[in-house]
Amino acid sequence: MNEIALALTVFVACAVEAVEALTIVLAAGLTREWRSTFQGMAAALVALAIVVAALGPALTLVPLGALRLVVGALLAIFGLQWLRKAILRATGYKALHDEASAYLREVAAAREAERQSRRGVRDWYAFTLSFKGVLLEGLEVAFIVITFGTNQHNIGLAVIAAAAAVLVIAGVGIAARAPLARVPENAMKFAVGIMLTSFGIFWGAEGAGVAWPGDDAALLGVIPTVAVVSMSYLAVLRRLHPAPSAPPQPVPAPGRDGPEGVTR
Amino acid sequence: MSKVRSVWDFAYDFVVGDDWRGAVVTVVALIATALLVHVAHVNAWWLLPVCVFLALGWSLRRATADRA
Repeated sequence: MNEIALALTVFVACAVEAVEALTIVLAAGLTREWRSTFQGMAAALVALAIVVAALGPALTLVPLGALRLVVGALLAIFGLQWLRKAILRATGYKALHDEASAYLREVAAAREAERQSRRGVRDWYAFTLSFKGVLLEGLEVAFIVITFGTNQHNIGLAVIAAAAAVLVIAGVGIAARAPLARVPENAMKFAVGIMLTSFGIFWGAEGAGVAWPGDDAALLGVIPTVAVVSMSYLAVLRRLHPAPSAPPQPVPAPGRDGPEGVTR
Repeated sequence: MSKVRSVWDFAYDFVVGDDWRGAVVTVVALIATALLVHVAHVNAWWLLPVCVFLALGWSLRRATADRA
């Protein structure tokens, strides 16, 4: 069960982050230049692979109890952050992450920037935009891959799940050539927040010395409990403080040759 | 120094985010759990989940209170 939960959590978390990274990569590629954009993306993926390859095996040397205590605490704190944001977004207290308007913002900024060649890269702006976007979105995934993978002694499965999510989102993105505005990002973040918090509670308490009733099967109780409590908070906030969320902005779908005024 | 500061700021924002109280409650709950288990010999598996749920509620309440 834990392997399935591990793979699902990493896959969904990675898919959410990949959607956000794709928006930035598309804005850089369609507005500026694809070659430099791909160079930036590749450099970021190499950096992320190095982080996972270096930290993953290093963490397996840490005693399991200490690892679970620290990683559990980090995951619970990290998961709470995801849950909090997802609940606030779902109830309209925080603006929904809108890929369409994020794309328009990036495109507007990319059109303004000057073209400069540096260090063998033809368009430094496209390179850095793509590099930063993929690296920053990917760091959260790397964190989840490392923490889940080392705790379950299965970094390989976590990496496969993350790679599968990237391939799926990249495939859909290449086919659509537009930001994936219809992906239910907030619902996915809510689900990931539940999983991160649940595993954080489970491993953190175990690392502190607790013996869970039913051992690993206790997760089957922890995950639904976290889900029910989170949904209860969501329902209470919706009932007590109804606040309409802003409707997503329409975005013109870029054509095969990119948006008007594209500099290639 | 400014680079160290920006790395710290990034790490803080990355893990803790907008509300540090949730992080503090989680850490205190883990310490209390460890003390209960190892000193008082109480298998306090219930303490961390309860504290995390309360921390989430507290954080949401603070975030929405001024817009009620």
